[in-house]
Amino acid sequence: MIEALFKYRFLQYALASGILASIVCGIVGVIIVEKKLVMMSGGIAHTSYGGVGLGYLLGFEPIIGAFIFSLLASLGIGYIKRKGGERSDVVIGLFWSLGMALGILFIALMPGYPPDLSSYLFGNILSVTKTDLRLIAGITAVVTLLVVSLYNNWKAYIFDEEFALVLGLKTAFFEYLLLLLISMTVVALIRVVGIILALALLTAPTATAGLLTADFKKRIICSILLGCVFCIAGLWISFELNIASGAAIVILSAFCYLLTYAVNYISNALKRKNLSGRTNS
Amino acid sequence: MSLAVNIENLSVYYGQTPALTNVSLEVEQGEYLGLLGPNGGGKSTLLRTILGLVPVSSGTVRVFGDKPSKSRAHVGYVPQLNSIDRRFPITVFEVVLTGRMKKGISPFFRYSREDREIAEALLEKVGLRELKARRISELSGGQFQKMLIARALAVKPSLLLLDEPTASVDAASRDQIYSLIEELSRTMTIILVTHDLLAVSSKVHRLACLNGSLIYHGEPKLSQRIVSSLYGCEVDLLAHGLTDGGEKKHPGERGKND
Repeated sequence: MIEALFKYRFLQYALASGILASIVCGIVGVIIVEKKLVMMSGGIAHTSYGGVGLGYLLGFEPIIGAFIFSLLASLGIGYIKRKGGERSDVVIGLFWSLGMALGILFIALMPGYPPDLSSYLFGNILSVTKTDLRLIAGITAVVTLLVVSLYNNWKAYIFDEEFALVLGLKTAFFEYLLLLLISMTVVALIRVVGIILALALLTAPTATAGLLTADFKKRIICSILLGCVFCIAGLWISFELNIASGAAIVILSAFCYLLTYAVNYISNALKRKNLSGRTNS
Repeated sequence: MSLAVNIENLSVYYGQTPALTNVSLEVEQGEYLGLLGPNGGGKSTLLRTILGLVPVSSGTVRVFGDKPSKSRAHVGYVPQLNSIDRRFPITVFEVVLTGRMKKGISPFFRYSREDREIAEALLEKVGLRELKARRISELSGGQFQKMLIARALAVKPSLLLLDEPTASVDAASRDQIYSLIEELSRTMTIILVTHDLLAVSSKVHRLACLNGSLIYHGEPKLSQRIVSSLYGCEVDLLAHGLTDGGEKKHPGERGKND
C-alpha cells in the first residue's frame, strides 16, 4: 500500500482525511462520552441524512445539507432538553427517525434515477475529494482551536456544570457550543465512515483510551492516536482485501476496544488474585 | 447587622408541583444556620434558589442585597455528593483548582501560581494534602466531601452553602467535617443542610426546618416546644433526640459553649 500511497492522489486524500477525522473524534469523543451525550450525537448524525436528501432534491452540495440538518437537530434537541419538557431520549429517538425519513422522502421526490447514497450512509474514505478534504481540515482547525483555547473552561463545565454556573461560567454558551462542535464532527465523519457508522468512531477510540489512562488531557491525546491507528489500519485492510473502508475501520475499532477491555479485565483479575494470595499467606 | 440572605414570601414550583410555599427567612452576616427537613421538603431547592439556579415563582430572594445570580461570586457551594460523576478523569487538586476559575468565557486561561497556592493551602486545611494527586474515583465518601468543601472555599466566599456534607460519610470524617464547618463559621456566613439534628444543634446559631413551608426558625435549643414543632420535620431524628436524652444533654452543652 505504501507504494500505492505515493502513486495515487485518492489514497493520499483518504489518509489525510482519516487522520483529520481522528483528531476531531478524539477531542469531541472524549467530551461527549464524559458528558453522556453519545446517543444524542447518534441522533444528530442520523438526522443529517435528511439534509443529504434535500441537497440532492434541490441540487446543492449534500454535505452542506447534512451540516444544516445536524445543526438544526442539535439545537432542537438541546433546546428541548434545556427546557426540560420532553425526556431527551424520546426527542433524540424522534429526531433520529424523522431525519432518516425526510431523507428517504426527499430522494423519492427527486426526478429521474435515484443517486447512490451508500457513501453517505456507510462512508467511503477512498472517494474523498479535494473539496471534502478542505472542509474536513477546516472543521478540524475550528474544533481544535475552540477546545484547546477554552480547555480549562471546558473541563470545569464537563466535570460539574452546576458548580461552573455558580462560578459564573457561561454554561449555556458552552452547551450550545458543544452542540455546534458535535454537528461539525458529524459532517467531518460522514465522508470517512458515514452517518450510520459515525458513532463507532466517536466512541471506540475514546472508550479504549478510557481504559488506558485516567487523565483528561492524556485521554484526548490517546484517543486521537488510537483513532489515527484505526483509520490508517482500516484503510489498509480495506485496500488490501477490497472491502468497504467504513466497515473495516469500525470493525477494527470495536474489536480493539473489546480486546483492550478483555486484557484490562484479565490483568486486573490477576492483580487482585496476587494481592489476596499475598495477604492470605 | 446586615443581612447575608433575605428571602421574602418565596414560592418555587417545579411544573405544577410546589417545592416551597411562602417561605420567609433572614440570615444575618456571620450567622451559622442549620437547615433541617424531610427528603423532598425543599432544603436543596432553597439552597439552589439562593444560588439563583432555580426560577422563583413568586416572592424575592436577596443575597448580600443583590439578585442571587449577581452575588454568586461571594457564595461557595458544596453540592450533594451524588450530583457529581465520580468516574470523571480528574485529580483532587484539579477539582479544588476549578474553584479559582475566572467568570465568563476566558480563552487560554491558565491557573496562576497564586491559584495553585490557594488550592494547596485549602487541601492542607481540610486534611487532604497527601491525596492531592489522587483520582477522585479513588476517594472515600468523607474525602470526597472534604474535597468539595475545599473547592467551595477556593472561591473565597463570604457565604458558604453546604448540602448534606455528611451524607455517606464515616463517623470519624463526619466529626472532622463538622468541626471544620464550625471553625469556618467564625469567618463566614454558613447555611448547612443536614439530617444530623443532634450533631449540629450545639453548634449552629439558629435552626430552620423546612417541609414545603418554613415550619420552624429560631433557637437551636431542643426544648419540648421545639421538638413538637419539629414533629412535621423528621420523625427519625426525633426518635433519636428523645431516646438519646438529647433534649436534656444538648442545652447544657450549648451553655458551656456560650
